[in-house]
Amino acid sequence: MDRFIFLTVDGLSKGAVYAAFALSLVLIWRAARIVNFSQGAIAVAAAYMAYSVTMHTGGNYWLGFGAAIVGGLVLGVVVERTTMRFVGHERPLDSVIVALGVVLIIQAVLGFIYGNEFLPAAAPFSRTSMRIGGYAVWSPYDLYVYAAVAVLVSFLAYLFAKTKLGLRLRASAFAPEVSRLLGVNVGRMTTLGWALAAAAGALAAMLVLPTELGLHPNAMDLVFVTAFTGAVLGGLDSPQGAVIGGLAVGLILNYVTGYAHNPNLAQPAVLAVLLVVLLVRPGGLFSSATARQV
Amino acid sequence: MSTTEQAHNDQAGPPAPPPSTLLGGPTSTAPAGGPAGVLGSTLLRNLLVTVVCVAVMMGLTTVLGPFQNFQLAYVLAYLSALIGLNVLIGLNGQLSLGHGAIMAVGGYSMGFTQNAMVDAGYVDNRAFALWWTVVVSLTVGVLAAIVAGLLIGLAAARLRGPYLAGVTLAVAVLVPGITTAFDVFNGDQGIRVSVPRRPPALAKVLGPSFTNEQWQAWVALFAVGLVGLLMANLIRSRYGRMFKAVRDDEVAAQLSGINVARTQITAFVVSSATAGLAGGVFVFLVKNSQPGFFSLTLSLYLVLALVLGGLGSIAGAIWGALFLVAVPYLTAQLSRGLHVPPDLELRLSGNLPLAIFGLALILVTIIAPGGIQALVRRIWAWLYGLVRRPAG
Repeated sequence: MDRFIFLTVDGLSKGAVYAAFALSLVLIWRAARIVNFSQGAIAVAAAYMAYSVTMHTGGNYWLGFGAAIVGGLVLGVVVERTTMRFVGHERPLDSVIVALGVVLIIQAVLGFIYGNEFLPAAAPFSRTSMRIGGYAVWSPYDLYVYAAVAVLVSFLAYLFAKTKLGLRLRASAFAPEVSRLLGVNVGRMTTLGWALAAAAGALAAMLVLPTELGLHPNAMDLVFVTAFTGAVLGGLDSPQGAVIGGLAVGLILNYVTGYAHNPNLAQPAVLAVLLVVLLVRPGGLFSSATARQV
Repeated sequence: MSTTEQAHNDQAGPPAPPPSTLLGGPTSTAPAGGPAGVLGSTLLRNLLVTVVCVAVMMGLTTVLGPFQNFQLAYVLAYLSALIGLNVLIGLNGQLSLGHGAIMAVGGYSMGFTQNAMVDAGYVDNRAFALWWTVVVSLTVGVLAAIVAGLLIGLAAARLRGPYLAGVTLAVAVLVPGITTAFDVFNGDQGIRVSVPRRPPALAKVLGPSFTNEQWQAWVALFAVGLVGLLMANLIRSRYGRMFKAVRDDEVAAQLSGINVARTQITAFVVSSATAGLAGGVFVFLVKNSQPGFFSLTLSLYLVLALVLGGLGSIAGAIWGALFLVAVPYLTAQLSRGLHVPPDLELRLSGNLPLAIFGLALILVTIIAPGGIQALVRRIWAWLYGLVRRPAG
C-alpha cells in the first residue's frame, strides 16, 4: 500500500508536467494545425535563459523562472514569425520538417554557447517526501508542481472560455476565413497562440528539469516524445484530453517502473497503451467523429 | 431531361480522360515513345543501369583508400534505408519517424544469426572463411524487420497524420529501453558480431591490394544494388501506382478498387525490409550492434536526409545519404583548419553540422521544395537550354 501511494503520488506529479507540456502541443495544434516538434527545444532554450539569469543574480530561482516564461513567449513569437509562418499547408510533412530544422538550430546554438555537458537545474523546494500517517506522500516540490500546473490550466481555461481575446483565438483556429471577414487579425492570433504555447512549454521544462539529470540541449527530447504520446492519447484537439492523457502517461510510466522493477519497460508499456487506445479510437480518447472531405 | 443534360455536359466539358489516367498515365510501364526491345522493358533497363552503376562503383573502390572505402560503405548502408523509406514517405505519403528502430531489428537479428553460425562452427576463429554466412544473416535480419514492419504497418494503416507520427515516434524511442531490459542485448555495450572478412579466394585473385574495407564496401554495394533494382521496378509497377493513388486521394483510390489499408501495410513492409537490410549492413561494417547506433536521432535524420535530397526519387535518396555523411566530415575538417582553441574546436565540430543541417532543412522546405534533386534538375535544364539555344 505504501508503495502504491508513493508511486501514484510521484506518477501524478510527473504526469502533471507531461500534461502541461501536452497542453502546449494541443494549443499550437488547435491554433495552426501543426504538431510543433520544436516545442522541446524551445522549452530547453528558455530553461537555459533561466539558468543564465539565476547565475547572474546570485542564485535567484524566481528571477530565472520569470526569465524562462518571458523567454518562452519571445521564442514562440520568433519561431512563428521567422519560419513557421512561411510553411505551406498543402503538404503536412513540411511543418514537421521545418520544426525539426528549428530544433537542430536551437540545439546547435545552445551546445555552442553552453557546451554539451549537463548543467545543474536547481529546485526551489525540497524534494524529500513528507510523511502523513506513516505513508510517504508529497514532497514540497511535488506540491509546487501541482500548483504551477493548476495555475497554468486555470489561466488557459479562463482565457479561452471567458475573455474576448480567447474567443478570437478560438474563432481564428476553427474558422480562419470567417474570422478574417469579421475583423479578427488571424495572423496575430496564430502568433499569440505560439507565444502562449511556448511559454507553457517553458514552464513544463522548468518543472521537469530539476527532477531529471539537469540542463542539456537534448534534455527535453524524451519529455517531448512522452508528452506528445499523452496528447495523442487524449486526442490532439482536446485540452481536457491533453491533461488527462499526460497524467495517464505519467502514472503508467511510474507503475511499470515501480512494479516491474525495470525502468526500461516503461516506454514499451506506454507504446502498448497508445496502440490499444488508438486502434479502438484512431483520433484519441476525447476525439469527436469528424466527417472526411471527399 | 436528365439524359439531355448529361449529353449536353459531355459535349461542353473537356474530353474525358481515359479511365487508366488515375493510376497509370505518366508512369505507365513503358515511357511513351520510348524505344522498343531491351530498353522498352522496365526490368531489363533497370537491370542494365544497376549493373553498370555497381560495376563503376566496384572499380571506384580499387582507387579509394581504406578509410574512404569505409566511408563509402557507410553512405551505401544509409542509402539502402533511404531508398526504402522513400517508397513509404515519398510514394505512399505515410510518415514514419521510427525507421531507426526497424534498422535496429535488422541489425540485432543479423548479429545474433551471425554469432550463432560462428558458434556452430560455420565461421572459423579468424572469421576468414565462408563469406556466405553474411548472406544468411542479412536475410534473417530482413525477415525480422519485415515482421516488425508488418506489426507497425497494421497499426499505421488505421492512423493518419500526427497520430501516425506519434506512434512511430514512440517506436523510435523503444530501442534503448528494450536493449537494456533484456540481457541478451547486453545493454548499452551492445553485442560484438564476428563477421566474415574478405574471402581468401577473392583476395588471391585480386592480389594484396584488395583490402578488407574494399570487401566491406562491396557487400554494402551489392545490398544497395539489390534494393535499388527492386525499388526502381516497384515504383514502375502496379504496386507503385497503387501506392501513389493511395497517397494522392484515399477515397478515389478506394473507389477504383484499391484496398487502401492493404496497400499502406505493403508500403510499410517494403520499406521495413530495406531498413532491416540497411541495419544488417551497418552491423556488418562496424562489427558491433549497440543501441547508440539506432537512436531517435538516426530515425529523424533518415527522414531529414530524404527531404533534403528530394522526396520521391532514388537520386534524391543518393543526395540525402551523401549529405548525411559528408556534412559532419567536412565541418570537422573545417573546424580543425580554423586553428581555434581545442575547447572551441570541439564545440564547433559538434554543433556546426547540426546548425547547417537545420538551416538547410528550413531553406529547402520553404524556398526549394523538392530538395537537392529538384535543384539539380533545374540547373541541368538551364545548362541544357544554354547549349541548345545557339544551335536552334
